[in-house]
Amino acid sequence: MASEIVARFTRQFINGPIISADNLRVACATPFLTVLFGSSGSGKTTMLRCLAGLEKPDSGTIKFGDELWFDSSTSVFVPPQQRNIGYLSQDYALFPHLNVVHNIGYGLRGLPAGEKAVRVTELMRLLGLEEFGRRFPRELSGGQQQRVALARAVVRRPRLLLLDEPLAALDTPVRTRLRGELRRLLTQFGIPTVLVTHDRTEALALGDDLVVMDNGKNIQQGPPHEVFSRPASLAAAGAVAVETVLPGRVVEVGDLVTVAVGTIKLTALGGDLPPGTAGVYVCIRAEDVILMRGEGVRSSPRNCLPAVVRSLVREGPMMRIDLDCGFPLAALLTKQACEELELDKSLQVLALIKAPNVHLIPH
Amino acid sequence: MDWNAITLSLRLAGLTTLILFFLGLPLACWLAASRRRWKFLVESVVALPLVLPPTVLGFYILLAMGPRSPIGRFYESLTGHVLPFSFQGLLVASVLYSLPFTVQPFAAAFKAVDCKLVEASWCLGQSRVSTFFRVILPLSWPGVVTGVVLSFAHTIGEFGVVLMVGGNLPGVTRTVSISIYDSMQSLDYAAAGKTSLLLLLISFAALSVTYTLQGNFRLLWPQKL
Repeated sequence: MASEIVARFTRQFINGPIISADNLRVACATPFLTVLFGSSGSGKTTMLRCLAGLEKPDSGTIKFGDELWFDSSTSVFVPPQQRNIGYLSQDYALFPHLNVVHNIGYGLRGLPAGEKAVRVTELMRLLGLEEFGRRFPRELSGGQQQRVALARAVVRRPRLLLLDEPLAALDTPVRTRLRGELRRLLTQFGIPTVLVTHDRTEALALGDDLVVMDNGKNIQQGPPHEVFSRPASLAAAGAVAVETVLPGRVVEVGDLVTVAVGTIKLTALGGDLPPGTAGVYVCIRAEDVILMRGEGVRSSPRNCLPAVVRSLVREGPMMRIDLDCGFPLAALLTKQACEELELDKSLQVLALIKAPNVHLIPH
Repeated sequence: MDWNAITLSLRLAGLTTLILFFLGLPLACWLAASRRRWKFLVESVVALPLVLPPTVLGFYILLAMGPRSPIGRFYESLTGHVLPFSFQGLLVASVLYSLPFTVQPFAAAFKAVDCKLVEASWCLGQSRVSTFFRVILPLSWPGVVTGVVLSFAHTIGEFGVVLMVGGNLPGVTRTVSISIYDSMQSLDYAAAGKTSLLLLLISFAALSVTYTLQGNFRLLWPQKL
């Protein structure tokens, strides 16, 4: 299925914000996960609801491949029932009066009973829900509820999955565990997915494509590491909180983990990296980068990279230094520090990063 | 005791409740879901019987049913009978008079159903009608029971409208409340007392059933997941 959603629309709330999609494109290849990323109140949920048909924009168009879902000029509006999508709201909205089996099978009405049972059982096995079939939603933990809701949406084999903060309602340890599981499941389902999140780690861990939302608009779109490393505007930079994000791969796992970014090797803590992880995103916050001049000094940080200063940009009381050390790296220094080091363009420096400050996100 | 009046009242209340149930479901559904600007007008009309004196309501119903009104003429040409001072006329008046007692609990219950559940059902391909019967109704049955019981009890207890529209014809329009009034007028305190006690017990039992159901429902389905 190589179709694509193209959305251009505006939704104005009375006495409220304006949410607008400016040429939002969602690739519907299989499997492909698009992340709508932004702080709370940036309009992500409204955007998703407009795609689901639960919210009607005031003007514009939404197209799914050749199908027209919404067009204000010709008053076309396809209701959610006919869009053939799976939608998961933030609190899962399981039907409290139905048990797990009936919740999952809810959308399969019209199918022969045998076929229905086969599909429900298959998904329950896949999601590890076999023993909970007769339980009611109130008797399930948050993680189990999430899986039931996911099963209920997926069992109809929708063309597109829309997930609104699927992990936000869970406790942190469960969230971390389920993040990896969700990615695996979505790949297994093979259904193109749009996921809304305000969590940077989640966006990086799950997304193939990242759409940054700010103030009701989609302001940048691209592969996650690109968007994070090179925000196209100040607003985008603010939304992603400037950071170096690089694709890397795990070379060696011991007490510490060695990752290769291009030809450069970095040392990091393994932490909660699942065994067998190969591809990772390497994240380094600009304020964690220390700069030094001179050579042959011994220092405690595990990563000591020769770098060249590319540019200096003032950001309030701080200076943002863009470095080239085989890959682009950003550092945030006070103005006084810059003056003391006499930093200038093309200057050779050493960039020091402590191993715990090199964050790895499996992807 | 005037058993004739009691059975008549029960028949009237039963039929009124039945009609109101089928009339109330779609009306309450619309009131709960609609975002029309003029919805308040419908809401006000539905609630009017709550505040209007029964005499005023009875007066207008009588006027509308009379041989000079188009409705009255239409009914007469259709059935050959007139509505005022007949059981059918009483039924129409009862339905109008008890309308808010059905519609308001229904609408309140439908509104209380989490709209996320309704949206979830839509996104699972279910039409609005299907969603109503599979999600909204099962989750709001205490409200529906309340509406049914209240309109039944309210119809049994109505007096003013019955007197205005139905008059006092034994076996046709003389209901329990009128029979009690009659007993009082003829100083038959024993009969009035017995019938009143029966009415009191029926009303109390009906309300007890409703509140028990509501209490248990809250235990069964907690509002929040």
